[in-house]
Amino acid sequence: MKQFFKNLNFTVGFLLSAVIILMAAASLVWTPFDANKMNPRERLQGPSFSHLLGTDQYGRDILSRVMVGAVNSIIVGLVTVAIGLSIGVVLGLVSAYYGRLVDETIMRFSDFLFGFPAVLTAILITSILGPSMINAMLAIGIFYIPVFARLTRAVAMALWQWEFIVAARASGASEKAIAWRHVLPNILSPLLIQGTIQFAVAILAEAGLSYLGLGTLPPHASWGRMLNEAQTFMALSPWMAIFPGVAIAWAVLGFNLLGDGLRDTLDPKMVRIR
Amino acid sequence: MNHSLLDIENLSVYFDTPEGVVRAVDGISFDLAPGETLGLVGESGCGKSVTSLSILGLIPTPPGRIKSGRIKFEDRDLIGLDTENLRRIRGRDIAMIFQEPMTSLNPVLPIGRQVAEPLMVHKDLTKSEAFQEAATWLDRVKIPAARKRLSDYPHQLSGGMRQRVMIAMAMVCRPKLLIADEPTTALDVTIQAQILSLMIGLKQELGMSLLLITHDLGVVAQMASRVVVMYAGQVVEEAAVTDIFDQPFHPYTQGLLKSMPRLRVRGDSRSQRLNEIPGTVPLLTEVIRGCKFADRCPHVFKRCRQQQPELFVIRNGQRARCWLKSYPERRTT
Repeated sequence: MKQFFKNLNFTVGFLLSAVIILMAAASLVWTPFDANKMNPRERLQGPSFSHLLGTDQYGRDILSRVMVGAVNSIIVGLVTVAIGLSIGVVLGLVSAYYGRLVDETIMRFSDFLFGFPAVLTAILITSILGPSMINAMLAIGIFYIPVFARLTRAVAMALWQWEFIVAARASGASEKAIAWRHVLPNILSPLLIQGTIQFAVAILAEAGLSYLGLGTLPPHASWGRMLNEAQTFMALSPWMAIFPGVAIAWAVLGFNLLGDGLRDTLDPKMVRIR
Repeated sequence: MNHSLLDIENLSVYFDTPEGVVRAVDGISFDLAPGETLGLVGESGCGKSVTSLSILGLIPTPPGRIKSGRIKFEDRDLIGLDTENLRRIRGRDIAMIFQEPMTSLNPVLPIGRQVAEPLMVHKDLTKSEAFQEAATWLDRVKIPAARKRLSDYPHQLSGGMRQRVMIAMAMVCRPKLLIADEPTTALDVTIQAQILSLMIGLKQELGMSLLLITHDLGVVAQMASRVVVMYAGQVVEEAAVTDIFDQPFHPYTQGLLKSMPRLRVRGDSRSQRLNEIPGTVPLLTEVIRGCKFADRCPHVFKRCRQQQPELFVIRNGQRARCWLKSYPERRTT
């Protein structure tokens, strides 16, 4: 663990993401105010001692809403990465193992998915399925499949040449067992690194979709949604936009740095794939 | 011979590459009796490893393909056996040790897990039984504090220790045949001796056969009872180990023996230059009409370039692929 903290990226990223995670965890048991409770008498207030980050147009406490929004963002990050990982890794392993026609098919399918501008297609998907947090996660998660499939394929292909794979085969292990027991554990670190970075990207993507009204639905707090609502009151009370904006930037920066730090620390010899 | 454990007959393994067809193994035959140790000798790229991999059906296809031949193991032809049946033989009846202990162990799995794996695959043991057995084997290959070592990772072990782990992994299922592909090449000389004596001990205990692949004639002298010398994908000489060292027939075998470094005896002031065999191995993509060793042979004459010699019987148990058998007067000393 010590070696990780020698890396500046990792340390800063770790601290930034820790703040977000702690904030989300805290909001599950306690927020300064009920995040969804309206209080018209205190609307559009600036930061003060009672409302540290001010209030929005309905008098809801912005700090409470930013805290609840963190939970929202973390769920989105976890679910989308889980979708991408679970399907992408299997496709990547299959692709690397069978090669030729199977590989060709899976990779061209990946290219096909990559070919679309992700956000545009996510908008398309959510507008067909209807706006909701689940549909937004689905739309983002689908785009993660080729990301993890390509990564897994590239690393697995190199690994399959190693002598210990031949040794495992020579001791009678089946190809499936080799894939799960020998190849997969060896590609966990690049997957972890990529997963952390995609986590950050997902937070940004969800904020974007919610901003457009295609993600989390009101009254639930989501950073993107809060930005959207703040737009109308930009001139009147800019903090409504500033604080959720800072939260997004903070979280995305934090998880990105964490991912970079992990990459620098975990086996520098490992194939680097961007 | 009918009672041999392994009988390879006229095996050819070709690789299709962009540069042409590589004849990595070109019609080799040899057999191995139960309990026997056979040394398979030759320089790098002569087809030793391809031979051993093809026994277990581990030649990557494509680009490799088994052109012809039979590999009989206990009256079963391993060529053409389906993967399911091959897997049942791999690790259980025939096990293999590889050259590079650094890369033949999975870096992210504890060694106990790796030694136990063949047992779980073949013997239907539960995880704890398999680990129990694995610990016993680590102990038998003389790894100190074996039980504690089960959860160690390969990078925590020295090269010699890793090779011991490899040996334990190969032996757990008590195979009838062990193929050792350059088992000591990557190790220090002192460690080499330890590993070799360990292998001799285990072999006698289990009564298995050993196919020892090496380019080190010293190792062969210590371990093998019979030797097959390969050159450019062919068997050029086959003989009992004493005959190989005392009266080698093929010029290539003679060259190999002469190019072994020797320690100088005290009082012998002549500083001896190390002998070498001039020239290089022919490209395996070339089709050579005559003897494949002709270009490097000190005794070469016309017939060598015109027609490939067959394996002539030199004396009882010794065969050599050389025209000198028919033209002994051509041998220039």
